[in-house]
Amino acid sequence: MTTIDLRGVSCPTNFVKAKLALEELETGDRVEILLDDGEAVKNVPRSLKGEGHKLLGLRETAEGHYLLEVEKGEE
Amino acid sequence: MALTDSQIERYSRHIILKEVGGKGQQKLLNSKVLIIGAGGLGAPIALYLAAAGIGTIGIADADSVDLSNLQRQVIHFTPDIGKPKVISAKEKIQAINPDVQVRTYQQWVSAANIMELISQYDFVVDGTDNFAAKFLINDACVLAGKPYSHGGILQFVGQTITVLPGESTCYRCIFPTPPPKDAIPTCSQAGVIGVLPGVIGSIQATEAIKFLLGKGKLLAGRMLTYDALEMKFRDVTINRNPNCPICGENPTITQVRDELELLTVCDLEKP
Repeated sequence: MTTIDLRGVSCPTNFVKAKLALEELETGDRVEILLDDGEAVKNVPRSLKGEGHKLLGLRETAEGHYLLEVEKGEE
Repeated sequence: MALTDSQIERYSRHIILKEVGGKGQQKLLNSKVLIIGAGGLGAPIALYLAAAGIGTIGIADADSVDLSNLQRQVIHFTPDIGKPKVISAKEKIQAINPDVQVRTYQQWVSAANIMELISQYDFVVDGTDNFAAKFLINDACVLAGKPYSHGGILQFVGQTITVLPGESTCYRCIFPTPPPKDAIPTCSQAGVIGVLPGVIGSIQATEAIKFLLGKGKLLAGRMLTYDALEMKFRDVTINRNPNCPICGENPTITQVRDELELLTVCDLEKP
């Protein structure tokens, strides 16, 4: 599975970059998105859900970042 | 071509929108819009289309910047007085957004040049101030099947409609022939409140962007009028006219022509 590393990218650029990456995929494709703690992990999943993508899981990594698993929704 | 990091940041508030996204922004960057008139209406049209990242913007206007323009033509600044309007506009567009290619046409549109001019663009925006040009632009766009936005302003009132040739109401469906010369005063005779072209021109730019994105409902078959004194918008549905001289059942206009008796524009009347 592809991982999109958005650590160190602030809001809303992290969402914009996640959205652009998902645009390149087909419906049903899955990606992992690496996010910072705080604002990023609070906002990006919510915004992606609002775009119609499926949130499959969110877990904290050993380094204190978050790994969000997303399935691309309908265009 | 993928967006660069700086483009991603510049257009981030567009890309966030569901109706735009990266693909929509790419469409805008690959689009060509012709603005006819670099005056009151042309100013916000050019500024917003430039900021939006329309890849190629053409601007046609033969005039130079005059002190009396600056009350409403916000793309021109005091040091630009005397400069050709298309050059002044090009400088501001490039300062706002170096992504935009600007093509300048320092000439009035006429029957002789308009067909060739519009053929190079996806959408045309009428920002002119006289009936001769408005009828010419309508006729050329209808004959060429080129979608365009009409806008007009005077004193405190403005109007705008989007024309999709062969599909929706055109300017001549509503007004088959120009008004008699001198029946309607021009801006220089009657005055115009400076913010008015900002409202109408911004709506025209919105229509261009929506057309290029293929999103939303265009102002087609509906004329929007705005009265700034009463602060009222009206949206009047107007059907296509089967007797329209250019897009009706038996069109009498089959090629563009100059309305010579109407060639009195604001700026030609200055002493």
